Amino acid sequence: MEQHQIEQLQEKARLLRADILRMLHKAQSGHTGGSLSAIDMIAALYFGKMRHNPAEPAWEGRDRFVLCKGHAAPAQYVALAEAGYFPKEDLMMLRRLGSHLQGHPDSKSTPGVEVCTGSLGQGLSQAVGMALGLRLDRSDSRVYALLGDGELQEGQVWEAAMSAGHYRLDNLCALVDANGLQIDGEVTRVMNVTPIGEKFAAFGWHVLEIDGHDMAAIMDALHKAGELQGKPTVIVANTVKGKGVPFFENKASYHGVPPSDAELPEALKHLGITED
Amino acid sequence: MSMIATRDAYGEALAELGAENVNIVALDADLSGSTKTGVFAKKFPERFFNMGIAEANMTGVAAGLAATGKIPFLSTFSIFAAGRAWEQIRQSVAYPKANVKVVATHGGITVGEDGGSHQSVEDVAIMRAIPNMTVIVPADGPETKAAIKAAAAYKGPVFVRLGRNKVPTIFGDDYRFEIGKGAEVVPGSDMTFVTTGMMTAQAVAAADILKQEGISARVVHIGTIKPLDKDIVIKAAAETGAIVTAEEHSIIGGLGGAVAEFLATSRPTPVEMVGIRDRFGTSGKADELIKYFCLTPEDLVEAARKVLQRK
Repeated sequence: MEQHQIEQLQEKARLLRADILRMLHKAQSGHTGGSLSAIDMIAALYFGKMRHNPAEPAWEGRDRFVLCKGHAAPAQYVALAEAGYFPKEDLMMLRRLGSHLQGHPDSKSTPGVEVCTGSLGQGLSQAVGMALGLRLDRSDSRVYALLGDGELQEGQVWEAAMSAGHYRLDNLCALVDANGLQIDGEVTRVMNVTPIGEKFAAFGWHVLEIDGHDMAAIMDALHKAGELQGKPTVIVANTVKGKGVPFFENKASYHGVPPSDAELPEALKHLGITED
Repeated sequence: MSMIATRDAYGEALAELGAENVNIVALDADLSGSTKTGVFAKKFPERFFNMGIAEANMTGVAAGLAATGKIPFLSTFSIFAAGRAWEQIRQSVAYPKANVKVVATHGGITVGEDGGSHQSVEDVAIMRAIPNMTVIVPADGPETKAAIKAAAAYKGPVFVRLGRNKVPTIFGDDYRFEIGKGAEVVPGSDMTFVTTGMMTAQAVAAADILKQEGISARVVHIGTIKPLDKDIVIKAAAETGAIVTAEEHSIIGGLGGAVAEFLATSRPTPVEMVGIRDRFGTSGKADELIKYFCLTPEDLVEAARKVLQRK
C-alpha cells in the first residue's frame, strides 16, 4: 500500500477517535478504553480493506465484520457513520431510549451491523457460521471478527476457534485487540490468556502478530490474511487501551467510563483538535 | 394405532426439506444418529455440519449461517440445546430474530435410563421466557413433520421439542398444523384436558375412561405453546368451566404456566396441572417413569375429578 494511503487511514483514525470521544461524552455512558484501542483496526477495515456498500448494507458481495467485543460499539458506530450508513448526527443519540445506536451492536437496529453481540464470546461463532455460509455460496467475500483479549477467557471462543480450524475457513480472519486490560485489571492477573498466538496456532490457525496502532502493519497483516490458504488467520494486535489520549491510556479504570466535561476538550486537544 | 417417535418424523421431514430447498442446512453436536439429523447428513453432506460436543458454538454458528441467508436446523438433546446453550439462543438467535430452528430431541423424562442429568424438565419454561421465540411441542409423528415444515417456512427463531420414544399417532395425514393454533382432539363439555407433546395421547385415553363414568371430557392439544392459542383455551374455559393441563415437563413455567397465566388474567377458571412436580428426573424405563412421575391416563382422570369438584 502506498504511503499516502496509509497516511489517509491514519488521519481517518484520528478523526474517528474524536467522534468516539464526543459521542461517549454526550451519552455519558459507554466504553472509552476498548473503543480507542480498536479504532485503528476498524478504520483500516472499513476504509482500507473491506468491500462494502453503505447505500446497500445487505449487498451480497460485501465482506462481513463482526464486533465480538461488542462493548466497543462506539468504534464501529463512528466508522459506519463516517462511511455513510447513517447520518453522523445519530452518533449523539448513543444509548438513548429510541435510538438505533444501542449500547451493544444490534443488527435489528443499526444499518451495517451484521449480528447481535455484547455478551462476550459469542461473536466468533457467528463469524464461523458466516464463513461457512459464504463458502456454501461459493462467495469470495471475507469475514472479519474483532475480539478482545479479555474476551478470550470465554470458553466458547475456543470452541469457535476449534471449529474454524476444523473446517479450514481461510475466508475468516480474526483480530485480537490485545490491550492487556479488562474491567478488574490486567488480563494476565485476572485470568491469564497468554500466549494467545500459540493457542490459536494449536487450533489450526495462521498467526500474525503486529502493533495494532501501526497502520502500515495492520494493512500488511490484513493483506497477508487474504493470501494465506487452507486455514483461518488470527492477527494478534498488541494495543494500548485508551490509545490517543494520554490520561486514558493503559488504565483499566477507563474501561467503561466516558470522558467528563472537563476531560473532553483536553482529550480532543491531544488528538490535535480544538473545539469551538 | 401406529407408533412413531417424533425424532424419526423429524429426520424424514428435514431430509425432505433439504431436497426442496438448498438453503436448508443442519448442525449437530455429535448426536446426529440419535437426533436423526443423520438422515439429512447422509443425503446432503455438504450442508451438514457436525460441530462436535460444543453446543454453545454450534448455536452461534447457526446464527452466522442464518445471517448469510441459510435456514439452519440445529439439533442435540433438549437439555444441551435449551439448557447448555440457553444464553447463546437468547443473544445470538432470539435477540436478532435469526432464522434458526432449534430442534431439541430427547425432551422430558422419557429419555429414560440416562437419568436426571439428561432429562430436561424445564426446557419449555426457559425457552418460552425468551422474547421472539416460538415454542412447539408436537404430539406425534404427523404433527412433527408438519411442524418442522411450518418452522422452515416461518421466518424467525423456533424451538421444537421432540421425544426419544415411539408415541401413538393421533393426527391423520390430512392434519394441517399451523403455528399458534391448537386442535380439539376429543369433543367434550364437562371439563377440558389442555395438553401437549406425548401427554395428548394420555389425555385421549383418560377421556375414554371418564366417558365410562358419564363424564364428557374435551381434549385440546396445544402444539404451539408460544404463541398460545388463546381462542381455543378461552373457549374451553367458557364452555366446560374446568381445565386440567398436562405436560411431560415441570408444572413450573411450561404449558400449565402458560394456560394459568392467561386464564388468571382473562377468565379465572379452576385449573389443575399434571406434570413433573418441581423435581429432577431419574433413571428407569420410560414407561416406569411415566408411572413414577404420575403422568398416566389414571393420573389425568384423578386430576379431572379434582378439578370438577372445584367447578
